[in-house]
Formats: sequence, structure tokens, C-alpha cells
Amino acid sequence: MLRIDRYEPVVGKAAIDELKMLAGYLKGRAIQHINSTAMGGGVAEILSKITPLMQELGINAQWDIIKGTPDFFNVTKAIHNALHGKEVVITKEMWKVFNDVSRQNIREMNLYGEIMFIHDPQPIALIDRKSNAKNSKWIWRCHVDVSNPDEKAWQFLKQFIDRYDAAVFSSPHFAHRMKPRQVLISPSIDPFSDKNRELSQKEIDNVLNKYKIDPGKKPIVCQISRYDALKDPVGVIEAYKLVKRYVDCQLLLVGNRAADDPEADKIYAQVKEAAAGDPDINALMVEDIPAEINAFQRVSTVLVQKSIREGFALTVSEALWKAKPVVASAVGGIPLQIKHRYSGLLCHSVEGAAFAIKQLLNAPEYAETLGRNGREHIRQNFLLTRHLKEYMLLFLSLYDKDNVVTLA
Amino acid sequence: MGNSTQQNNDKSFRFYTRLHLRVLTGLRASDITGFLRLLKTVSGSSIYYHTHHFLQQHQYLSPEPPNDFAHWITNALNEEVLGEKIASIDTVQYPSIRALRDKIILTMEDYVEKNPRARLRFASPDRAFHFIESVSFILPTPYLARTLSDFVEILKKVTPNSIYFHMFEARLRLDMETNDFSFWLGTSLFEKELAKEITSLDPYTFTMEALRKKLVGLAEERIKSVKDR
Repeated sequence: MLRIDRYEPVVGKAAIDELKMLAGYLKGRAIQHINSTAMGGGVAEILSKITPLMQELGINAQWDIIKGTPDFFNVTKAIHNALHGKEVVITKEMWKVFNDVSRQNIREMNLYGEIMFIHDPQPIALIDRKSNAKNSKWIWRCHVDVSNPDEKAWQFLKQFIDRYDAAVFSSPHFAHRMKPRQVLISPSIDPFSDKNRELSQKEIDNVLNKYKIDPGKKPIVCQISRYDALKDPVGVIEAYKLVKRYVDCQLLLVGNRAADDPEADKIYAQVKEAAAGDPDINALMVEDIPAEINAFQRVSTVLVQKSIREGFALTVSEALWKAKPVVASAVGGIPLQIKHRYSGLLCHSVEGAAFAIKQLLNAPEYAETLGRNGREHIRQNFLLTRHLKEYMLLFLSLYDKDNVVTLA
Repeated sequence: MGNSTQQNNDKSFRFYTRLHLRVLTGLRASDITGFLRLLKTVSGSSIYYHTHHFLQQHQYLSPEPPNDFAHWITNALNEEVLGEKIASIDTVQYPSIRALRDKIILTMEDYVEKNPRARLRFASPDRAFHFIESVSFILPTPYLARTLSDFVEILKKVTPNSIYFHMFEARLRLDMETNDFSFWLGTSLFEKELAKEITSLDPYTFTMEALRKKLVGLAEERIKSVKDR
């Protein structure tokens, strides 16, 4: 059985047939994905799934990694933060490290793709090789929130971006004025990954026992996010306290400590302080174990994502895929995933979040309808198969600049 | 692309499908004045995207969410009356995107003239309206109908994208008050009544699956009535 056929019961035969038809127009074409890491992070995860699926569909897709030094990756981390709008000092020496390592990769890498698919800022300078392969097409895929970037860092990258044939962003908020065609392709979730697959009751019970959670006690309001001020966990506690005046419930906060985030302990301490004295608040610092996150989502009554800023927030798609009612801030990619009052509730403040949570706890049928609509919305628009389809359309779009392309 | 692409020389009907790639224009508006200015100048493809994409992206929802323009005016600018006016524009009445664009502009200009304070409303930066275009890819499916029975069986299994292409886009593509299915049924199978029934549907008021069911129902009824004769 082909891997792609596993998705047929989830998205339907016609949708899989459509993927196969589309792949027929790209048969044998060499696509070379390049990023900076083979493991860890969302980009590597998606490439590890999409590349074999493309190969299976007859596309000659390959995936290669650039070489870098620890200094280089410190610089690219700083660039990443600057693109997120954080105040970061990038010195001349740091830019030199970036340029030196880039030049080494430009010299040494074997670039053979008819379509070069470059992911994120780390390998962006490889575009210098475009002049050596005049018939090749180059795509830059930006997985970062660049809605409000540090101007200096952005202008540095833009000199490269403007030489690509197309740039891909995850949200309309990330669009800029630039030379290449800008394509909107949202990320996706894999329904068969540990974070999203169906779980047995035993698997769920193991997680509940491990963390001493009793879903039978009171309805669970839950936010799953790393402890970061931008995820506003203290705001979630404030919203819960407003809800609790009228509806008895318990709050579950689940987060991990990102390795590169020294602020996590400070935020976790603030959360503990805000939660003090309330036995119905459970703030867990956990390892990022996908099947456990899956279980936390499945036992929750309402899932919350009260972020102040977001990239795309795939946690929302994960929650909706489990047909859970979701209350989330209208930031970043969240409004693409939730159509307010149709597939979830959007909010803009602590009070708004509290009002929405109360509504959902008091109206379980309405909550169920939103959850059901949410799952369908994810099925149609945010699964890996849609992502694969849009990548294939993107490849085809490189050869035709019209807005209507007829394939014979 | 004309009807001849679906209707083959032997009078059979080829089902096509249409897939979309979204393209960001980098154009955004935060108030009605800026929005109207861009509405007049963005490509037809952008008007098409914002008034039609929800049909495919939210094809399971009934009632369906309003078009993007109405949704933004209501929820980001809090101009509910204008939002309702835009949402209730009868899209099916407009044979071209140009005509639809003109109607939206006229409705907005008329409203702003009578309610000048609407110009003072601003959306917060995170709720600005981003104009998006759509690149369309039209491709043939393996499905070919020669008879009404073939037609029904294929209709049951094609993707909503295919039904969407033949029902919604056909009107805009043909610049006629019909759709590919009706055109073929009427001119090749001489099923004039059935063709008329399908033409008179307002496809914008169905979910895609409900529309599929309706089409299948109408065609099956016709097959049954022929058998019962």
C-alpha cells in the first residue's frame, strides 16, 4: 500500500486521485529541498513527511542540508529573532560569519534541482548559484513570522529574496512588497502523527494517571503552549478566574521549556504565583512528548490559545482536528483556522476569552457544533495532503505567469 | 476557456477540476477609504477570490460564512449594516466579476455617502484586510459522461472542486446565465427541462455537498420518470 493511500479514508478517494493527477504533470522533475537541519523543529518534520510522499507520486524530490558552524547558527538564531521583531544586535562580525559560511556552502554544495526549494533564512544566500543554472527555478519558503521584522535584518535578507522566482509565506500578515510572486501556503498537521492520531483509552489513562488529572471532577479548560510571555499563560489564569465565578471548572496549563528560551522559568514562576491557592489550577512543566500532548487535548472540554503574538499556531489545528471547541486570540495564522462563531471563537482580551469560555461551558451543544465544524475545516484545509497539493501547484506556477493555467 | 472543452465532439461530457493557489498582493487596507481605493484597482482575480473562496474552504458549513469583504467590514470595522448589505449581494445575479465589483463599490459608496462617520472607523493593525489573488489550475479528470446515468454516477464521486468548477465558474467563464452541466444536458442530451431546473438553482445558497445531493436528486428523478413511462 502506498503511503499516500493511507490518507484516503481521511480525505476521500477523489482528493487523493487529484493529487496523483497533479503529480503526473511533474513526473520526474527534480525538486531539491534545502534547509539547515535534518531533525528537530517544524521544518524538518514537514520535509521528512512531504519528501517521501512526493517521491512516491513520481516526483524526483530530494532533501539536502547546508553545513554550518555553531557561530553561524548563533547568527541565524539572532536573525530569526530579529525577523520576529525582537530587539537584537547583529554586529558586523556576525554578518561576516553568515556571509563566510554561506559562501562555503555556495562553493561546495551539490545543487542539481530543476526547482530549488530553499527553506528559511539559513540557506537563503544559495541563490547566488542561480546564475550558474539559468533554467532552474528558485523558491524561498519562509516559515517565520515576518509581519513586523527588524528593518535592518529584513533589508539584508531582501537582497536575496528579490532574486528568487517565488516566495512562500504562511499568513497574509507576512506579505511585503517584493519582486517575486508571493504565495500563501499554510502549514499543516499530519493526522497519523503521534500528536494527532487516535489514542486508545489506555494510552489516555496512562497520561491522566502520570499527571494526576481527573477529567471527571470538573470540565477542563486547557492551554498547551510553552511558558512564554507571548502565549500569555497568566492571562489565561485571569480569564479562568472570571469564568470560575459562574461556572465550576478546572484549568490545565501544559508547557515545556524551550532550550533556547531563558525566560521560561521566569514566566513559569509568574504562572505559579498567579495560580497559588487554587487547587483547580494545574500548571504542568512537561517534556514535549507528542502522544501526551494529544491526550491532554483529548480530555479537555475547551482548548484555549490566548497568545499575544503567533506565527501560525498549529496547536489550534491540532485541537480542532480532535473536534474540540477552541477559544483563541485573533493573531497570526489563527483567524485562518477559526472562522469566528463557525468553527471556534476568537477573542482579543482576557475578558473576551472568559466570555467565550463561559459560553462554551454553558452551551455544550453549541460547543460540539463548533468542534465538529472545526474538524471539517481542518480536514478540508489544514492536513498534510492539502499542503502537498499546494506545493505541487506552486511548482507548476513557476512555469506560467498567468492567473489561469490550463493543464492538458 | 469555452464550453467546448467539456463537451467533446462525440457529445460526451468531460469533467474538469479546478485547483487554486493563493497569491499575496502585499496590498492591505485598514479603513473604508483605503479599502475602496484598492477595491477599484486590484485584479479581477482578487475580487473573485474574496467573494468565492469560502465556498470551497468552508464547503461543509450551512449557513455559510459571508464573503471576506462583508466579514471584514462587520467584524474588523464594526459596520454591521454595511457588512450585511455586502453579504446579501446576490452574487448569482452578476454575470461577470467586473459587474460584481461594480455592485460592491456602488453599495459601499452609497453607504459612506449617507453615513460619513463610517470613514472614521479603523481596523487594528492585526485586523487589516489583506488582498489575496488566486491562480487557478484547470485540469481534466478521467471521468467522461455519455449518458444521464453516467452523469449521475460520476457526479457522486468527483471532488467538490469539480462541481464548483462546472457550476460556479461556468457562469463567469461563459458570461451566460447557465452552467456547464445545464449547457451539456440541454444541447447534447436534449434534456431541456432538467437543464432548466439546474440553471434555476442558486448554487451560492447550498453547501457543496448539499449541492451535489441536489444535482444527483434532480438527475435521478429524471431517469426514474423516463423509466416509468
